Formats: sequence, C-alpha cells, structure tokens
Amino acid sequence: MNLNDAKIGEKVKVVKLHTQGALKRRIMDMGITKGAEIFIRKVAPFGDPLQINVRGYELSLRKCDAANIEVE
Amino acid sequence: MVTKIALAGNPNSGKTTLFNDLTGSNQYVGNWPGVTVEKKEGKIQGHEDAILMDLPGIYSLSPYTLEEVVTRNYLINEKPNAIINIIDGSNLERNLYLTTQLLELGIPVIVAINMMDIVKKRGDKIDTAKLSKAIGCEIVEITALDGTGTKELINKVVKLVQNPKKKVPKGIFSPEVEKALSSIEDQLPKEIDITQRRWYTIKLFERDKKVLKELNIDSNVDGIITFVEKTLDDDSESIIINERYNYITETIKGIYVKKNGSDLTTSDKVDAIITNRWLALPIFAVIMFSVYYISVTTVGTFVTDFTNDTIFGEWIIAPLGAWFESTGVSPWLSGLVVDGIVGGVGAVLGFVPQMFVLFFLLAILEECGYMSRVAFILDKLFRRFGLSGKSFIPMLIGTGCGVPGVMASRTIENEQERRMTIMTTTFMPCGAKLPIIALIAGALFGGAWWVAPSAYFLGIGAIVISGVILKKSKMFAGESSPFVMELPAYHIPSSKSVFKSTWERGFSFVKRAGTVVLLSSMIIWFLSNFGMANGSFGMVEDMDHSILSVIGGIVAPLFAPIGFGNWQSAVATVMGILAKEEVVAVFGVLYGITGDALSIVEEGSFNQLGTIAAHFTPLAAYSFMIFNLLCPPCFAAIGAIMREMNNAKWTWFTIGYQFGLAYAVSLIFYQIGLFLSSGVFTFGTAAGFVVLIGMLYLIFRTPNTNETNKRNKMKLYPEVE
Repeated sequence: MNLNDAKIGEKVKVVKLHTQGALKRRIMDMGITKGAEIFIRKVAPFGDPLQINVRGYELSLRKCDAANIEVE
Repeated sequence: MVTKIALAGNPNSGKTTLFNDLTGSNQYVGNWPGVTVEKKEGKIQGHEDAILMDLPGIYSLSPYTLEEVVTRNYLINEKPNAIINIIDGSNLERNLYLTTQLLELGIPVIVAINMMDIVKKRGDKIDTAKLSKAIGCEIVEITALDGTGTKELINKVVKLVQNPKKKVPKGIFSPEVEKALSSIEDQLPKEIDITQRRWYTIKLFERDKKVLKELNIDSNVDGIITFVEKTLDDDSESIIINERYNYITETIKGIYVKKNGSDLTTSDKVDAIITNRWLALPIFAVIMFSVYYISVTTVGTFVTDFTNDTIFGEWIIAPLGAWFESTGVSPWLSGLVVDGIVGGVGAVLGFVPQMFVLFFLLAILEECGYMSRVAFILDKLFRRFGLSGKSFIPMLIGTGCGVPGVMASRTIENEQERRMTIMTTTFMPCGAKLPIIALIAGALFGGAWWVAPSAYFLGIGAIVISGVILKKSKMFAGESSPFVMELPAYHIPSSKSVFKSTWERGFSFVKRAGTVVLLSSMIIWFLSNFGMANGSFGMVEDMDHSILSVIGGIVAPLFAPIGFGNWQSAVATVMGILAKEEVVAVFGVLYGITGDALSIVEEGSFNQLGTIAAHFTPLAAYSFMIFNLLCPPCFAAIGAIMREMNNAKWTWFTIGYQFGLAYAVSLIFYQIGLFLSSGVFTFGTAAGFVVLIGMLYLIFRTPNTNETNKRNKMKLYPEVE
C-alpha cells in the first residue's frame, strides 16, 4: 500500500519510492529511504498534509506526495 | 591573515543562537548576491581576526534549492579554514546525514552537538567520544542557549585552524560503490586538489548537474555509473543517499541509546493540542487576533500616535518651525526641512514603535516553533494560489502596515512562494489606507457599513486572483514547492534571539525610511511647493500652481477611463505613493476644506466634506478607492519590497504588476458599472469588457503542460552560478 493509505497511529516501513526528480531527493534527504520506519502521527485540520515521525523527528508531508511512497 | 570559519547545520538546530552567542553584536546581515537568501557574517568575540560565516540552514548539499547551492558554492570556492557543524542531539540521524557530506569537502570539521539538555531530559544517551572516533572528527557538547561549551568549541576550532591536517575523507559506501568511485576519481582533472577530489567524485557519481556543467567529463564515467545502477537496481543519487543513511544507522548503534518505551515528550503533548483537528483553527484565530490586537490596535496605535503627535508634532516640528521663523531663515529652507524632511520622514518613522511591537511578538512565535504549525494548518488552503501556509503571516501584518508585512515574508523558505507573497501582501488594506476608505464611505456613500468590509474582500480577492494568475505564468510555473517540512519541537524562545530578531527587523525598516523616504519626501515637497506664480518661478502658496499640479494635469487623462480624470485626483494619487494618508490630506487642501481633512474623516463629520463629494459620482469614487487600494503602496513599502526581492527586475515587475492590476480592476469596475447604470455602450465599455475577458482568461486557462512537465523533472536555479 502507499503511505497516504496508512491510518493514523500506524507504523509502516518504506518499500520503494516512486517519486521523481528533485522531490524524490528532498524526501530521501529527510530520511525517508528504503527500509525506514514511519509512524503516522496525525492529519492537519483541513485534511492535508500528514504529520509523520521518521528517524526520531516530526515531518509534514502532503498526501499527494505520500501516495508515491510504497510502504508495508 | 583573516581566518574564515563557516557555520553549517540543519534548520532548527540552534545555529542562529550559536552564531549570536559567538559573534555578539559584531554582525553584518545582507543577502547573497541576486537572491533572496540571507547572508550573515560576524567577527568572533575574543578573536578579532576570525570571521564566522553563517550559512543557510540546510538538510543536504543537493543542487536543488537555492540555500544548498549557495552553501556548496561558498564551501567549495571560498575554502574556509574550518567548518563548525552544529547538530541537534535530539535528532541525531538526520543531522548526521549532512555531516557525512560536509566531511567530504576536505575542509576541517568540528561537530558541535547542541540540545544535549533535551537529550538528557528524555533519558537518552549519546557517547560522543565513541561517535567522534567513528566519524573521524572532534565533537564538542554545547548548549547554545546559555553558551555552555562555546568557549571550548572556539578554542578547539582555533587549534584546528592553526594545525591543519590535510585529511582525505574516509570511504563510507558499499564496496561496489567505492570501486566505482575510485575509477571515476582517476578521470578527474589533475588540478583538483586532493582534499576536494572525494567531493567531486561523489557528485559525478550522483550525476550532479552543476558539477557536470563545471567539469565537462567524458562519457566513460557514465558507463561506470550505469553498471552500478544495474547491479544495485536503483539510480545513483538514491544509492548514495540510502548508503549514507545505512552508514549512519550502523554507526550510531551502541552510541545513541534511547530510553525504553516511547513516551510522548512535552513538546509532542503540546503539539497534540495545538494541531488537534478541532482545536487547531480556534487556537490559531485567537493567537493571530491577539498579535494583531496588541501590536496594531492597542499598544501599536498608542505608541504610533504618541510618536507622530507628541514627539514629532509637539517636540520637534513645532519648535523647529518656530526657531526657523525666529532666526529669519528663508521660507523655502524652513519649509524643506520642517515639512519636507522632518514631516515626511517623521510620518514614516512614526510607525517604528508599532513595528517593533509586532516584530517582537512575531519573533516569539517563530522562536517557539509555532510558525511551522501555522504553515502546516493552512497549507491546503494556500497552496492552490502558489502561496505557502506561512504567507498568511505577512498578510495579517499587512493589514496593519505593509512594511513589516513584506519583511515578514523572510520566513518563507521557498523562493517562488516568497516572491509571490512579497508581490501580493500589500493588496491588503493597511492602516494608512483606512482614511481613504473612510472618506469614500463617509462622503459618498453616506457612511454605508458595507464599504469598509468590501475593501478587505477586495484585498483578499486581489491576492487570490494574483496567486492564480501568476502561478500559471512562465515565471512561477512548475510544481508548487514540495511541502516536506520539519515540525521542530517546541521550546521556550531565547530572549536574546527574540530581541535580536526584533531589533534587526525594526532597524531595517528605519534604514529604509531614512533613505528612500527621505529622498522622496524632499522631491515631493519640492514639486508641491514650487511652481509658476505671477509669471516667475518660485515658492507658491497654493498647491494649485505647483509643478505637481502641472504633472497632475498631464497625468490626469490617464485616469479618465477609470473615472477620475481630474488633476486633483491625479495629484492625490501621486501623493498617496509617498504616504497613503496624504490622499485624504491633499483632497482636503485641493478642494478647499477648512481644517485638516484627515482629522475630519477620523472624527466622522462627513458633511464638512461636501466639496469633495460634489466632484465625484459614487461610481467614480469607488473606482478611485479600488485604484488606490491596489496600486503600489507608499515609498516605505516599496523600499521594503526592494530589499526583500533583492533584485531590480523583480522589484520593477512587482510595481508594474500592481499598477496594472489596480488599473485593470478599476477599469472593469468603472466602465461596466457605467454601462450598467446608463445603458450606453461606449468605446470605454468595450475596453472594460476586453480587459475583463483578458483577466478571466488568465485566471482560468490551463498552462502549457509540456512546460510544466519539463520543470517538474529537475528544478535548477540558473541564476545561481
């Protein structure tokens, strides 16, 4: 499944990144790499973006970008 | 010999606090040439020959963002003597990611682990001695907030600079990659110094566009890279990033010991409330309202009025004028100094206290970490218009005064969003525009309740429309900036940083008033007080005969299509560019109102303004209001725009765009309004419809998708070499 499908409070592991270009670089720079563990903390009041915990810190990510991250 | 030391680290790692601690007040703030990235350098206290260069907060040294490119270029080309890499101990893995890249540059690095107090509070442990051995450079524990460890840090840096050991960076990647890297290294030009070869090799392996352009290597290298990509089934850039993080994860095993169980920290608990699905917006509204209320409505207005009326009015202008008279100084000099210079500059400086209060409150919100939550909450709403959630703050401040509003756009990291925010912030009616609204509402609409709110909606509408139109234009095209943003832990703001930020921003504004406004005050004063009277050139009693009125007369026809083609309105509009309150004052003078028109409007005795009303139809008056609300604001605000854009082309574009939009909207409104009320279809009406259709097209068109796709792939910044 993809990261945007995960439920709040779930813990997932990154399988593959389908993002392209500079955005992929940015996402990986921030620590979302193959095998990284992600915890879905919450969702913003208007429904987007997501707040996740990765490598020990809080990161916000848009659902459309999370859709390109394959997790299990 | 001047020693250059670079300070690099992630955003929110306490870098600014450390920088302030090390340099005290010996700082210089500017911009990197041609870009909106701030450049800070200062002398290290106690070491007069050492300059500390504060590099932008970055997460990596990729070629994709301005901040990263500016930093890379500095480190490679300027070759500082040492780098202080400040890292957040409570966030070790991601911080070390940058560290591994800094270590490849061949410049001596010292790591300063900050926020160890937070680490200890959490019950975690970091074995810095072991870590230092593992990564191969010295580590100093510091708490930037109270200066703990900073003396030791500087001593170690000085020692490092005095005994530079040429270290060749160690290999941290997998055998396949290291093998490829050494083959690539053989192909590097001999001129590249041994300390920098590792950096260039890795960049070539990553197919870094900037380095490829710089070096012009033959395609042999590409074959080596492709081979590894096939073997490891991933692109070279991703391979490097993955292996970096793998290296870090492996290395910190046994060094970074987390306390058992995952308790929520205090910061997490606070955050759970502040960004709670139901509470977030109400809390946000309350906070914003309070900031606005304190800085603009209560303390702000009180202090500004005091400054304007008392300090300038009573203490300076009146006695100065009297002194001039008593010493028999010629009227033009006294007029120039008292009315032109002191009056003009004083009006702008009157805003200074209000601005300081505003900046102070903003700095607190920024320092404690709340601003990123604002961006988080508002993102969905704002990104449609090419703006960031953080664009809200400048606009909110802009309802008080556009100058600090524009300056507040500095917190927006993405350059495009920043530029867009700067361009649209001043559409919001500021405090100085209120008298215009009140005048029109009172004198021409009988004090109707809906006029004022309509002005605010006009502002919001202009911002939204501009966002949509500009976003589709070539200059801003492309994916909205990736909203991949760290939400740093909350912490109590350091009073030192808050005061520093407040002072720095406030003083910027003062400098702006001191230069641009001074000059323009003098010019406008001259133009409005000199002209042809009785056949000779000299000071005139009546503005009717001044040069300005002549200019007004020449320019007036331009305003005819939008309803106010008389020279008085033209003059008032021009004076409005000096300070928007001048519009009302000038009308008062030109239409022969006894007394100060501004205070009459403030009091609300609108029947005294009959002469003004007689010259306008309601339609024309509202059109006049539209134009003055949307056109470029006062010189002080233009000055702020100039400073924040840091680019002449963009500044002129902003001014041109604002004039254009103001004219277009007024035209559409006036001409179509005229048509609807009179039923007569004139050439003007046709023009109005044409402009309306043009605007609708710009708003609703789908941009050229090919261009958009090309830009999505790699976002490079050609203007940064």
